[in-house]
Amino acid sequence: MAIESAAAAGHAAHVDGHEHPGWSTYWKIAVILFVITAVEVSAFYIPAWETSWVYVPSMLTLSTIKFVLVVMYYMHLKYDHKLFRSLFTGPLIVAALTLIGLMFLFSKLSIRLGLLS
Amino acid sequence: MATLVAAPPYTSTATESANTGLWSWLTTVDHKRIGVLYLITALVFFVIGGLEAFLIRAQLAVPNGQVLSADMYNQLFTMHGTTMVFLAIMPLSAAFFNFLIPLQIGARDVAFPRLNAFSYWVYLLGGIFITVPIFFSVAPDGGWFGYAPLSTKQFSPQINMDFWVLGLQILGISSLAAAFNFITTIINMRAPGMHLMRMPIFTWMSFVVQFLVALAFPVITIALVFLQFDRFFGTNFYAIGAGADPLLWQHLFWVFGHPEVYILILPAFGLVSEVLPTFSRKPLFGYPVMVYSGILIGFLGFGVWAHHMFSVGMGPIADAVFSLTTMLIAIPTGVKIFNWLATMWDGQLRFTVAMKFGVALVGMFTIGGISGVMHSSPPADLQQTDTYFIVAHFHYVLFGGSMFGLFAGLYYYFPKITGRFMSESLGNWHFWLSLIGMNLTFFPMHFSGLLGMPRRTYQYDAGQGIEVFNMLSTIGTLVLMLGTLFGLINLWKSWKSGERASSNPWGAPTIEWTIPSPPPEHNFDELPKITSRYPLWDLKGTVIAKETTYAEEAGRVQLSAKQLGIPMPNPSIMPLITAAGVIFMFSGMLFTDSNMKLAVGIMIAGAVWWIAGLYNWLLTPLEDAH
Amino acid sequence: MTATTLPAAGDAAHGHGHHYTTLGLDNRKIAIWTFIGSECMLFASLISTYLVYKGRSIKGPFPHEPWTDPVSGKAFPAILDIPVTSASTFVLLMSSFAMVLALAAVQNKNLPKVTLGEKILGSSKLWLWMTCLMGTAFLGFQAFEFTAFIREGLSIRTNLFGSSFFTLTGFHGAHVAVGVCWLFSLLAIDYKRGLQPSDATNVDIAALYWHFVDVIWIVIFTLVYLIK
Repeated sequence: MAIESAAAAGHAAHVDGHEHPGWSTYWKIAVILFVITAVEVSAFYIPAWETSWVYVPSMLTLSTIKFVLVVMYYMHLKYDHKLFRSLFTGPLIVAALTLIGLMFLFSKLSIRLGLLS
Repeated sequence: MATLVAAPPYTSTATESANTGLWSWLTTVDHKRIGVLYLITALVFFVIGGLEAFLIRAQLAVPNGQVLSADMYNQLFTMHGTTMVFLAIMPLSAAFFNFLIPLQIGARDVAFPRLNAFSYWVYLLGGIFITVPIFFSVAPDGGWFGYAPLSTKQFSPQINMDFWVLGLQILGISSLAAAFNFITTIINMRAPGMHLMRMPIFTWMSFVVQFLVALAFPVITIALVFLQFDRFFGTNFYAIGAGADPLLWQHLFWVFGHPEVYILILPAFGLVSEVLPTFSRKPLFGYPVMVYSGILIGFLGFGVWAHHMFSVGMGPIADAVFSLTTMLIAIPTGVKIFNWLATMWDGQLRFTVAMKFGVALVGMFTIGGISGVMHSSPPADLQQTDTYFIVAHFHYVLFGGSMFGLFAGLYYYFPKITGRFMSESLGNWHFWLSLIGMNLTFFPMHFSGLLGMPRRTYQYDAGQGIEVFNMLSTIGTLVLMLGTLFGLINLWKSWKSGERASSNPWGAPTIEWTIPSPPPEHNFDELPKITSRYPLWDLKGTVIAKETTYAEEAGRVQLSAKQLGIPMPNPSIMPLITAAGVIFMFSGMLFTDSNMKLAVGIMIAGAVWWIAGLYNWLLTPLEDAH
Repeated sequence: MTATTLPAAGDAAHGHGHHYTTLGLDNRKIAIWTFIGSECMLFASLISTYLVYKGRSIKGPFPHEPWTDPVSGKAFPAILDIPVTSASTFVLLMSSFAMVLALAAVQNKNLPKVTLGEKILGSSKLWLWMTCLMGTAFLGFQAFEFTAFIREGLSIRTNLFGSSFFTLTGFHGAHVAVGVCWLFSLLAIDYKRGLQPSDATNVDIAALYWHFVDVIWIVIFTLVYLIK
């Protein structure tokens, strides 16, 4: 499927025409990814952090940052045509909402509605 | 009218060789031929599904019917639903996606022609895989929704549900591959000037549908993988004894299942939105609103799934939320109904058979839509759920909606597909018998349902006041079958010897009507430049294209792609070989219980087979070097 | 008026070689992004199921708590091995780094390379090899993890945790395996005839797939391993 129009590729190698960043950006991202992962894993072993209410939100935030960095820089969404951004974020939003909806329906999440609950 | 110039030569196509042998069909990558293959295959499955429905109705004609055994009855209603949803209506829509989308956006083919052929072959072989067992009385028998744990090994120990689980998995591959293909095609293959807001509304609705397929099918894939693992490897996803939640399957299934409903109806909406303007000789009323409401229906379609499950007791908050989103989705749908009415209002209506089916959709879908709004309210739904009232509702939507829309599209586009008209007289028999038969079959079900007749029950006792309604439904089925028979005879006769049609026999406004009927292999000699939504109608000057006749185009010559120097993709057998390998691999799973070695052997052989096919395919260029 | 036709697009349609595209983008790249969007729903279903079934297993072993079998009296430790998985996570993240350098090397194949640094960075073979090896190493870690779990008494049949855990991480592992095969195929082409800038899109779509599999692991690692 992927190489379907291989013949066409020869004509327009890099038609999107947007400049991708180079080594100088890529290694910085790699370092940040490494540091965040190290922080996450150490947090797991720090009881004061691990048992506090901050733990889960901080873990989710840190992994979201990693997710966004890889998608924006390594997958070039920051630089490529904006179409690709919508092709990815649209389904991602539907997927996230479905996941959150299922969490509510299976009582893994709940909202407190004052006297109602 | 400056943009409309005299036509180039048309009707007789000069081809070097007759490309009509069996091999040419097995290797074709032409979207128009693949569309025709989809059309014929889907109609065959439609007939099979209809005969299954007839047997169900024969059993239910009188109280305590003795036509079928309970076991056979279970197989028949399961296969009727599965066949109609996955093997008839979706592929009939796919026939129009294939045939029309490239023509409507001004492209020479889809983005990935061989992938397109692959989708078709997977569908055909998967359809055979799931249909054949009924002839040996081992067909799936757990309902088209396959509710687990009912469909797990514990409660369905036979091979029956294995066919269903694997068959649906196979058909999912076909739909997903087609979705990626058409999304790419619509985004990137539009002719110059074909902005998104100039696209014909059928292409727009198809675009929305492809996203629904791409996002809904992975969910059923995973739900089926769990079921497959539970059945074959003894996992615990649906094992209540191990702590599993009996609602997991239902939620996953309906996260897929509700978008699936829109996958079934939106293409028909798109076709009717092409038919009504042409035969009203007026542009579609509120085109942008039609587009936005289609998108909104698609998006909201992901947020209403639990309304299929009000009776399981999700609690007041979940019930209220899903009830509200369901009522909300009625708004964009209602907008479409009113836009169609406004399109016809004050138009110069011509009641061809296509138009009649289109108008019938507006009426019948409204009935089905209103009963849908009725059970969006949880208290009402608790009375109606699992009764024949629901059966009535979704048959009004699927037969009166989807099928009538697809028939409208068939009568409307048949001249473009074959170069011949369908017979109006046979078509009238088809239409009126279908309309009467449909209402006779499904309207009484509202009453039998509200009187408490449950779905999927194979016998009922006399004296509950539902005998007359059931008898009416069965008689209606006979009328419906007669009507469909007229339709099929019409199709057969018209294909062979129908009256010859010109390039634009209806005076229609969109660019697929500028090219010969049937279109040449390359569709467009030169890519058209699009300057308006209805290129053939000049709306400011209110000049509307008149229908052309075969006589005035006779004798004109259409050059072939080769003569014009247009590179076209080469035919390839690899999509078929790859598809067959995939089906072979899946069929190995059927033997996991009886003979593990054989099962693993077949799966490995199948995997090697399709991977070899895939590599061969990917490493062969699509076109000759030039 | 008789038959009508439209003005031809003429030059406008010939500006991009003989295959006109509306946006000037490559079809393969649009298709792979659509596929990735679809995969989001696939993994959302898998992850949802894992989270829904978290803590619902009626018997152990459990991911984060030790458990003693009331029948046999056998004691099971918390089964997830965070240090090993942290190492495999690190390997997968760095494979993404290698992948992005491989793509850049293919895109810049024709630029002159003078210094040693430029030569190293410009070697598509080196970076494809690195990516493949790190991907294979990740699969090795996973095989080690799975066999260790089975030895300790957790199989896909044992309980809800086993079923949902093995299926979720197994699906991810299968995606990694497909990616490794894909990258080895590109490597084979590179050895056979050399990947040129004109092949960049073919490498790019493999890279997008690879990075996507990586970000899914970022999510799985946090939700499954680090959050109790």
